[in-house]
Amino acid sequence: MNRRHTLPGFGLSLGVTISWLSLIVLLPLAALAFRVAEQPWDAWWGLLRQRRVLLALQLSFGGAVLAAFIDVVLGMLLAWVLVRYRFPWRRLCDALIDLPFALPTAVAGIALTALYVPDGWLGRWLAVLGVQVAYTRLGVLMAMVFVGLPFAVRTLQPVLESLEADVEEAAWTLGASRWQRFHRVVLPVLTPALLTGFAMALARAVGEYGSVIFISGNLPMRTEIVPLLIVQKIDGGGDIAPAAMLGACMLLLSLLALLSVHGLQRWSGRWREVR
Amino acid sequence: MLLLVAGAAAHAQDARLLNVSFDPTRELYKEVDAAFSAKWKRDTGQDLKVTSSHAGSGKQSRAVQDGLEADVVTLALAWDIDVLADHGLLPKSWQSRLPQQSTPYTSTVVFLVRKGNPKHIHDWPDLVKDDVQVITPNPKTSGGARWNFLAAWGWAQRQPGGTPASARAFVTRLYRHVPVLDAGARGATQTFAQRGIGDVLIAWESEALQTRQELGADKFEIVAPSLSILAEPPVAVVDRNVDKHGSRKPAEAYLRFLYSGEGQELAAKYFYRPRDPAVVARHAGQFVNVHTFTLAETFGDWRATQATYFADGGIFDQISEAPR
Repeated sequence: MNRRHTLPGFGLSLGVTISWLSLIVLLPLAALAFRVAEQPWDAWWGLLRQRRVLLALQLSFGGAVLAAFIDVVLGMLLAWVLVRYRFPWRRLCDALIDLPFALPTAVAGIALTALYVPDGWLGRWLAVLGVQVAYTRLGVLMAMVFVGLPFAVRTLQPVLESLEADVEEAAWTLGASRWQRFHRVVLPVLTPALLTGFAMALARAVGEYGSVIFISGNLPMRTEIVPLLIVQKIDGGGDIAPAAMLGACMLLLSLLALLSVHGLQRWSGRWREVR
Repeated sequence: MLLLVAGAAAHAQDARLLNVSFDPTRELYKEVDAAFSAKWKRDTGQDLKVTSSHAGSGKQSRAVQDGLEADVVTLALAWDIDVLADHGLLPKSWQSRLPQQSTPYTSTVVFLVRKGNPKHIHDWPDLVKDDVQVITPNPKTSGGARWNFLAAWGWAQRQPGGTPASARAFVTRLYRHVPVLDAGARGATQTFAQRGIGDVLIAWESEALQTRQELGADKFEIVAPSLSILAEPPVAVVDRNVDKHGSRKPAEAYLRFLYSGEGQELAAKYFYRPRDPAVVARHAGQFVNVHTFTLAETFGDWRATQATYFADGGIFDQISEAPR
């Protein structure tokens, strides 16, 4: 501890941080791990062999990855417009971005469902095109996109704000095309934030329950998400182990997804330095 | 939830009672709680604060199992209280402690259709016609929906030549006509009534009558099938918790109040079928005329019914997972 810290009390603050982290994050997760540790292998095998469980995992994780992609693309556009342009009501629009954070998920779900049912405001027009959103997998995706969007916008905004326009102008004077300016100058700077936004939107969409169950219709083998399966297993009044096992599967898969995004971030950072 | 637990754990001298109930009894218990507190005050001079909490029956049962200190439980089906008995919160013979298998009020399962009954739905077979969409909640998460499922199954099995196999075939077809499986009865009612989804809602009579009262008799019609089930939502004192709180007396009086003339009148007011024949006679006009069978005479007890039909991997799961 000979290094000079700006602030004293490093040991104490690290201790506090670790103990809070353990108490609030690690302890519940450890309880879950203990709960499922005593389950025999064939119980796991029996659970993960069910087509219904596999389909739910596919919808939860597949939908979340897709939703996170849509969120970072939309989020980048929104953040770009909010940072680079001055227009009336800009501050209001900026504030509105956070609404999905604040809205109770059930309210979001009911509102989205009301919009997209076949005789709702939007569903009416989509029905003409032969598209049904409410009570389909598409509806699940819409809800996931909705709850994840603020993460993408809010992680990109500060980076865009700190990105000076003169770097782009310099590239422009050196004869770079629009696409080159975006792809060689702006995008590399944004990549870490894009990945962070992607990871957060993904994590939120995987665990999302409240808004999805209203618009999904909860049809077995078609629009059931894993959190719903967990709730069903809990509400039956019987043994809670299968629910805990599903929860553990979700945790493991989420952890893997987040770690791989993190790995991508480090890799992209290194890659930039090498160049 | 935390507040309720904290409230229930408060001292016994500022007498409190926590009733953990299921979803569609909100309106009923709001008035019962007020009426019973007033009666308790008249009889004993003691102030009593009665609180009722509402959510899906299975969820509520799980919460009491996990330590929500309910003095009484008033749930959708006996299984949700059997589970509590299995955890030692009350004796396994709880259902014989009060009259009528501890069921002070009942309901039955009926159909709610849109005005004019455009799809001509009159009985169970009409629900599986090609162009009919049926709304009913998910039996895995809704206690009320389990009674709906059993009503359809029981009807099919009691037809001439009906067998468990023919009943299963009918119920399998029926659930293929369901475009949305809401988690609870209230959600299903809103999907049907406010979102305009589906042609018929399978619902408890109490829920159907209340929907008509709230949203207008000019929008919906109630259809009585030829045969339905008698839905029996039971009530019980949770011994371990009343002994801990010293609240056994008011808790027992509260449940007895449900059987009294005043309690029975309130049940009828909120569209539940009273047990007292005199009260039934006074409200005969409001209830649907339908032949009912009981769970006991068709399926046995709830413990067996739950294990066969609704447990993990049971018949409902098999039906849901069957290839279309």
